[in-house]
Amino acid sequence: MSDLNTQMKERYRNNFLREVTANVEEGEWVRMCMQCGVCAGSCPMGPHWEHPPQEIFMMIRANKRDEVLGSSSMWFCTSCYNCIARCPRGLPITHIMHGLAHYGKRLGIAPKEQPTVKFSQKFWDNLYKKGRVNELKLGLALYFMNGIGEGIKTSLKMQKIGLGMWKTKRMTPVEMVGGHGCKDIKGFHAILDKARQIEEAKAAQFSG
Amino acid sequence: MTDIVATNQTILVVGGGISGMTAALEAAECGKDVILLEKNPYLGGRVSQLYKYFPKLCFPTCGMEINFRRIKANRHLKVVTMAEVAEVSGDRGNYSVKVKVSPRYINENCTACGECSKVVETEFDDEFQYGLSKRKGAYLTFNMAYPQRYVIDPRLIGTADADKAKEACKYDAVNLDMQEEEITLNVGAIVWATGWQPFDANKIQPYAYDRNPNVITSVELERMMDPFGPTGGKILRPSDGKEAKDIAFIQCAGSRDQNYLKHCSRICCMATLKQCTYVREKYGDDGKATVYYIDIRAIDRFEDFYRKVKNDSNISFTKSKVANITLDKATGNPILNGVDTEGYHRYSNPHELVVLAIGMQPSVDFQSLGLNVNVNEHGFIEADPESGMFAAGCASDALDVNRAAQSATGCALRAIQVVNQVAAAEA
Repeated sequence: MSDLNTQMKERYRNNFLREVTANVEEGEWVRMCMQCGVCAGSCPMGPHWEHPPQEIFMMIRANKRDEVLGSSSMWFCTSCYNCIARCPRGLPITHIMHGLAHYGKRLGIAPKEQPTVKFSQKFWDNLYKKGRVNELKLGLALYFMNGIGEGIKTSLKMQKIGLGMWKTKRMTPVEMVGGHGCKDIKGFHAILDKARQIEEAKAAQFSG
Repeated sequence: MTDIVATNQTILVVGGGISGMTAALEAAECGKDVILLEKNPYLGGRVSQLYKYFPKLCFPTCGMEINFRRIKANRHLKVVTMAEVAEVSGDRGNYSVKVKVSPRYINENCTACGECSKVVETEFDDEFQYGLSKRKGAYLTFNMAYPQRYVIDPRLIGTADADKAKEACKYDAVNLDMQEEEITLNVGAIVWATGWQPFDANKIQPYAYDRNPNVITSVELERMMDPFGPTGGKILRPSDGKEAKDIAFIQCAGSRDQNYLKHCSRICCMATLKQCTYVREKYGDDGKATVYYIDIRAIDRFEDFYRKVKNDSNISFTKSKVANITLDKATGNPILNGVDTEGYHRYSNPHELVVLAIGMQPSVDFQSLGLNVNVNEHGFIEADPESGMFAAGCASDALDVNRAAQSATGCALRAIQVVNQVAAAEA
């Protein structure tokens, strides 16, 4: 085979579709999309994001790796499940969107300044620490996500609700110091670290 | 009904639509004894409800008339209308079939003069017009109905209207004491030509068929085009009776969708392309059609037809499955919302009328009938060489008229082989 042939073959080998199939949750479904557009038309966030799911699926097939994984589009998904309910071919679109978002984040390609990306990281850090979500700390972290000024303003605005929750024993200020956690935190970290190792090894197969 | 003679060398054809008539005629014209059962009071089935055929755009009435003449001329063929199969037992070459025959309340004396219909006042939804209009309690389904004999709706029996109909008849054709009959037929082979029914458009909730009167189905548009139909051949909006000149067609309405029918109904693409020509036929340059589609499946020789329609500057194609239909309250226009696949543009397009190219599903649930046939996941009967029962036309798959007739002719041959084997064994 000539060099040009080999080049073209490589070009159409479509590494990215294979990568998505192997590494993204429910990624094997991407090849089932028939480009009808019902998901895009049914999405309540539709007018606000750059690439509708249908376009994302086509971009995956067209090998546009960085454009897809670096896109903010998947991060707009609110998990309303309209697309899954209506997809004529039964693609688990919501899950694929989350899978792609997660995969892009893991590889460090996901957009850094997107609010959902930032909040997701905060949620994860919060959970990782104790094995339980500390709602008080997570809530405050969300308020202060975009700077101290905005944080103080939002906190004051939410003051009454916070006090109400304290009174009805829905939340306690004691959580600020330490907070509750799972029993075997070492074991919990070992599990997560091992899982990360496995996933990173899988991702590494496609990085070269 | 005592005049029906059936033996195990008789072929039974169930369903008197285009497939059933074709199968019955092909077998009868080969000299075999054939009984043709039809559930409705008339033959012709769904084809008689069409305005035009594709791709030649001729009128089905013409082909129907030829078939009716062949039926009348054939002494081997016995037609029983208003008959439904209740039970089938036995095996290839020797079936016993129980048939329920509903009373027509009008006997052979009927000359179709129509006097009974004139005096009857009670009206019912007209099934033949898909409920788009009403018909009298004593009626002839449509002008060309065969047999050319009136029917009295069973809901009329016992009312004063029924007695009026009896009095009006000059030929002693009305018999209000007719009862349901059950007959048992011994036959050698059975051809199931039970046809199709349109998928229930109410199930496709995002398309608002049940909420927006200006969303109709393709079969309803066929009735509107009929000069003797509910609108006298005009395309009228059900909401305000205005002529609709800007019409949208939505493809795969109920087909190719695991939420509804998984299979491709095969006819809807061509049906829509045909109906696009109706819009142009009615309104000339004022008529506008827009087709929303996933892909156009105009196979083999139909490609030419597709190209012709596509070249029409008043007919446009949008590659997109419409996501949902909303309502413009001021005008009553349905608004089609979605994202197209050629550029991923979001659209919200108002049209005067929306036609759902509705999917095709078997009209009989064979599984629940307990028949000894292979039914596939779509509800159609699969071919089984060991069996003496065969599926013709849309009982076997989603087919257009042309392919249904081919399938029916094939079935006639298979059924003939079965009764020939029976004859050979008995000789």
